[in-house]
Amino acid sequence: MINKSPFIMKRICFVSLLMLLLLFLAIILGISMGSTDYGIKTIWESLTGSGETDSMAYSIIWHIRFPRVVLAALVGATLSIGGLVFQALLRNPLAEPYILGISGGSAVGAITGILMGISRFPGVSLTSFAGSVATLFLIIVISSGPTILKKDSLLLSGVMVNAFCSAVIMFLLSIAQDSRLHNILFWLMGDLSLSEIKGVMILAATLLPCFVLIFLLSNSMNLLLMGKDVARTTGVNIKAVSITLLVITSLMVSATVSHCGLIGFVGLVMPHLLRLIFGPDHRVLVPACILGGGAYMVFCDLLARVLPAQGEMPSGVITAMIGAPLFIFLLKRTR
Amino acid sequence: MNSAIRVKNLRYSYGDDIVLKKISFSITKGDFFIIIGPNGSGKTTLMRIIAGILKPDEGKVDILGSPFRDYSRRSIAKIIAFVPQMEPVDFPFVVKDVVLMGRSPHQGMLGLEQKHDLEITKQAMEFTGVEHLSRRRLDQLSGGERQRVFIARAICQDPQIILLDEPTASLDLRHQVRLMDLMERLKQERGITVIMVSHDVNLAAMYCDQLLLLKEGQALSLGPPNEVLTFQTLEKAYGCTLLVDKSPLGDFPRVTMVPEKSMKM
Repeated sequence: MINKSPFIMKRICFVSLLMLLLLFLAIILGISMGSTDYGIKTIWESLTGSGETDSMAYSIIWHIRFPRVVLAALVGATLSIGGLVFQALLRNPLAEPYILGISGGSAVGAITGILMGISRFPGVSLTSFAGSVATLFLIIVISSGPTILKKDSLLLSGVMVNAFCSAVIMFLLSIAQDSRLHNILFWLMGDLSLSEIKGVMILAATLLPCFVLIFLLSNSMNLLLMGKDVARTTGVNIKAVSITLLVITSLMVSATVSHCGLIGFVGLVMPHLLRLIFGPDHRVLVPACILGGGAYMVFCDLLARVLPAQGEMPSGVITAMIGAPLFIFLLKRTR
Repeated sequence: MNSAIRVKNLRYSYGDDIVLKKISFSITKGDFFIIIGPNGSGKTTLMRIIAGILKPDEGKVDILGSPFRDYSRRSIAKIIAFVPQMEPVDFPFVVKDVVLMGRSPHQGMLGLEQKHDLEITKQAMEFTGVEHLSRRRLDQLSGGERQRVFIARAICQDPQIILLDEPTASLDLRHQVRLMDLMERLKQERGITVIMVSHDVNLAAMYCDQLLLLKEGQALSLGPPNEVLTFQTLEKAYGCTLLVDKSPLGDFPRVTMVPEKSMKM
């Protein structure tokens, strides 16, 4: 037995390392570029405290850019993995987390918070989280009973809940004062600015166990794709696995959405792209989506900060501008 | 204790619609057992109950002498493998990976394969004649090839009982015979009990040891083909005129449908 570690293990390690490298590169770039550029040397010196780094650079790097880059990586990872899980659960390669209406509920919660004039963190984060959890419960109640595992009932409930939420959002916008309108619009378009290290760390601590749990269920997702009957007769507890995945992913997505608003297409594009490159095995795709999705979001956020001559634009604009055409291209190529 | 499966007083309904009414029978280990019957007679439901996909309203199923509920999902998966009716596959898995998935009841949660898993996979692919396709994607295969891939996957589970739901439907004649021969070899060489739902009365007569004929959720007849496939029983089950004679190939019946125009002569 020379070849002791299984082939798939090597593949998981190889792909993860590759994606980790990409993520690392993205993070370095994300920290060093912006309104003022810093070299690797400055970053290193400010990290170790050696050399004569000015306190200005230190605080830009560690109080502004670092939390923001980490938040972007977490958001990208969550949205990608969310897309991957929903695509497997609904057995539809075009599904993504927002399809269940979680974004809609979250947006209603956040806008209500902004209109009430409470602080961004933790105030608005909490109202938005409450909104998305409420929608999740609503959707589960609507589609519960023997129909919960039917993909169409979940999908349709999600679409309808989303439609209802849009109407509520429009209503709230129409009664909003001008001064708060800008805030709301920025949130609706997906905004990573105003990230604070404390909030980001709480988010990271919430998400990491979820990532691990989803990875542990990755082989069951493979079997689910073979059809429910095959999955069940190869020993998968379909109901437990589906509900666990659904709840975990929804919580993850609502936690991130409450931090950064609506960022579209990441959950659609990244799993699709990675599946094209690495194949459909979820044991490989789960780590690839976490690391690669994180890297992608960091890059997009970097563009959002660097591209405009003055100020910045919401990152959701960049992800949609890259995502939608790329998605159409992929669709044309594979079908 | 030489029964692979024993079914007692099985009852199942979808809402008010009673599909199976008090069915009892047993299947001997190592038999080729085929369930036939007209559309809507409850064949597929019965098979799905045996596979553990559906739970009966009443009655019980014993697997290898022990009640079904005494087994965990994983331990039942090491005894019974199920080949479903063909389903479309949207995700581009390659053949080898699909077959390898059959090993998952024997593996840990992540399904990390060991060397012997790969050997069993290779043997299973050779057995069903799909090893030359091992790197091809599932959605690029023909119906017959895909069916053999799913059978290889089931064999990989190393089961004592294999269940197939209308495996020959939508296959051409050559692939039908090839598939049935494969099942015959599985029974002969590995002693696996083969249980199959089929629409094709003649194929069933050629291969099976025992036949169960269902009608409206009840067992109309059970026994070897010569006893079950008489024209009286068949006409009662299917409600049409049929001609039953001896097959030129051996000591089993041959069923021919009789069109209206031939009856006038």
